[in-house]
Amino acid sequence: MRKLLVGLVGAVLASSMTFAYAQDKKVNIAVSIPAADHGWTGGVVYHAERAAKILEANHPGLKITIKTSPDGASQANALEDLTTQGIDALVTLPHNSDELTDPIRAVKEKGIFVTVVDRALSDPSIQDLYVAGNNPELGRVAGEYLKNTMKTGDVVVIRGLPIVIDEERQKGFDDAIAGSGIKVLDKQFGNWSRDDAFKIMQDYLTKFPKIDAVWCQDDDMAVGVLEAIDQAKRTDIKLVIGGAGMKDMIKRVADGDAMTPINVLYPPSMVATAMELTVANFYDQVPVRGKYILDATLVTKDNAKEFYFPDSPF
Amino acid sequence: MSDTKTITDTRGLGRKFADLDKTAVAPFLALAALFLLGALVNPNFLSIDNLLNVLTRSSFIAIIAVGATFVISAGGLDLSVGSMAALVAGIMILFLNSAAIDGDTAMLAAGIVVAIGVGALAGLLNGAIITIGKIEPFIVTLGTMAIFRSVTVWLADGGSIAMKSIAMRNMFRPVYTGVFLGLPFPVWLIIAVGLLGAFILYKTSFGRHVIAVGSNEDVARYSGIHVNRVRAMTYILQGICVAIAVVVYVPRLGAATTTTGMLWELQAITAVVIGGTALRGGVGRIWGTICGAFMLEIVGNIMVLSNIVSEYLIGAVQGTIIIIAMLVQRTLQKKK
Repeated sequence: MRKLLVGLVGAVLASSMTFAYAQDKKVNIAVSIPAADHGWTGGVVYHAERAAKILEANHPGLKITIKTSPDGASQANALEDLTTQGIDALVTLPHNSDELTDPIRAVKEKGIFVTVVDRALSDPSIQDLYVAGNNPELGRVAGEYLKNTMKTGDVVVIRGLPIVIDEERQKGFDDAIAGSGIKVLDKQFGNWSRDDAFKIMQDYLTKFPKIDAVWCQDDDMAVGVLEAIDQAKRTDIKLVIGGAGMKDMIKRVADGDAMTPINVLYPPSMVATAMELTVANFYDQVPVRGKYILDATLVTKDNAKEFYFPDSPF
Repeated sequence: MSDTKTITDTRGLGRKFADLDKTAVAPFLALAALFLLGALVNPNFLSIDNLLNVLTRSSFIAIIAVGATFVISAGGLDLSVGSMAALVAGIMILFLNSAAIDGDTAMLAAGIVVAIGVGALAGLLNGAIITIGKIEPFIVTLGTMAIFRSVTVWLADGGSIAMKSIAMRNMFRPVYTGVFLGLPFPVWLIIAVGLLGAFILYKTSFGRHVIAVGSNEDVARYSGIHVNRVRAMTYILQGICVAIAVVVYVPRLGAATTTTGMLWELQAITAVVIGGTALRGGVGRIWGTICGAFMLEIVGNIMVLSNIVSEYLIGAVQGTIIIIAMLVQRTLQKKK
C-alpha cells in the first residue's frame, strides 16, 4: 500500500515536472464517504483527508471536496449537492449497495468519472473504477495462518454483523481450515464493537475450559477479546487474530506480542488508493479503469512498520 | 395499578400493599425462571465466576436504569443516556490524559469528579430544555442524543479516546475488576446506587413529588409542587447515574470509542419497564429496575452459553424471552 502510494506520488510528481502545462488543469473531485461511526470509518475519513492534502499540494489546479454522511439517505442527498457544484470525478464509499446504486447512477449519467470504494454497487456497470479490499481473502489468510502454525486446535470465532462483508470473510476462513485439525467451537456476532466482543469472550471462557485461538476478524473487537482473556487470567489461549490493521494492533505485532503475532490487512487507507488512481486518470493519462483489489496482506513483525500510521485515529 | 396513582388515598392502603407485592415480586420470579433456563442450557451458567461476570457486566445498564426510573416515574423519557455515557467517558479520559494534577490518585479522584460534573450538566441541559422550552422529552433527548454522540466522535477524531498513562490505567482497572468481600466492586456500586435510589424515591418528599408529577402533573401543580423543578431534577439525577456508570465503564477497556454506549438508552428503558415501572409515569420500582437490568444481561449470556440457537436467531430469542417475561408479569398483576 505505502509503496504504491509513494510510487504514485512519485510518478505524479515526475509527470507534473515534465508536463508543466498540465499543472494548471482545473479538476474538481468530490469524495463522499460515511461519517466516522466506528474505528474503521474513522480511518477512512483520516486517510481521505490526508490523501486530499498530498494530492492538492502536488496538483495546483486540483480541488478535492470531502463530504461525510451519517447514513445512506443523507449520502444520497450529499451526492446530489456535490454534483450540482460541478465535479469531474466522484470517489465514493457507499453506505450500502441497495440505497445508493441509483443515486450514483444519476451522477454517472452526467458524465462524471465514478470511483467506487469497498462496498460494491448492485450494478457494477456504473463504476469506472472499483477499489476494494479482499474480504474472502481476509478470512482465508487468517485461516491459513491458524492451520499452518497450529495444525490442530480449538478455535472460537467472533463475527461482525450479518452482512455480505462478514459472510465473505467467514466463508474464506471456513474454506481455509476445511479438512484440517482446526475445530471451530463456536461463532457469535460481536457487532464489530469492543464491548460486545468483551462480553462474548467472557462467555466463551465460561463455556469452554480450553480454547487455543480466537479469530475475531476485526481489531476493535480484538481489543475487547484481549481484555477479557487478561481479566480471566486464562493461559490456554495462544493466539488472537484480528484484522483490518488498527494502529494499536499493528504496534503489538511490531513489538512482537506473543498472543498477537500477526494481523490481516483491510486498510481504511484504500480510499487514498482510490483517490490517487482517480487523480492519475486526469493528470497522467494512465489507464485506470477497472478493478483494483488490494491484498489481505499478512502483517508480521517484519513488515509491520510499513502499515503503522501513529497519527491515524484507527 | 390505578390506585397507586391516587396519592391522597389512604383507605385502600391494605389493598395497595397486596397489589404492590405481586407486581414487585414478578420481575424476581421471571429472573428465577431465567436462572432455571440457564442452568438447563449449560451447567457452567451457575458457576460463581459466570454469575459474577454477568452481574458485573450489567452494572452500567443497572446504574443508568436507576436514574431512568426517576425520569420515567415522573412521566419523562431520556433517550440520550447512551450518547451521554460516551461523551462523559470521552471527556473523563481526555481530562485524565491532560495530567493537570500531580499524583495519579489525585488525578483519578479529580477525573471522577469531572465525570460526575459533566453528567450532571448534561442532565441539566436536558431538563432545562424540556421544562423551560416546554418541548416533549422524546424530541429533546433525541436531539441531545445526536449532539452528545457527534461531539464524542469529534473529540475522538472518529477513532477512540484511550487512557495514555499505563500506570494510571493499572491503578484504575480494579474499579471494574476488583473484588471486595467476595463481590466485584461494580456489584457493590449497583447495591449502593440502588439503596440510595430507593431511599430518595420512597423515603423523601422529593421522591413522593416525582411520583405525584408522573401521576398527574396538574394535580401536583395545584398541590404546590414545583413541577418543573422536580422534572428537571430527575434529568440531573439521570445524568449523575450515567456518570457513575462511566466511572465503572472506563476502567474496563480504558477507552471510549464511537460505539460506546450505543443503544444503552433502549436497554435502560427496557430494564425499567421489565422491572414494573409504568412508561406513562406515576409508578417507580428501583429494585425491579435493577432486576430488569440483570435479566437483560442474563438473556444474552444464556444465548452465548447455549448451543441450540443459531447465531442468526439470537435476537429473535432474546425478544421472545423479554416479551414472555412481561406477559408473566402482567398475568401476576391481574390476579388480585
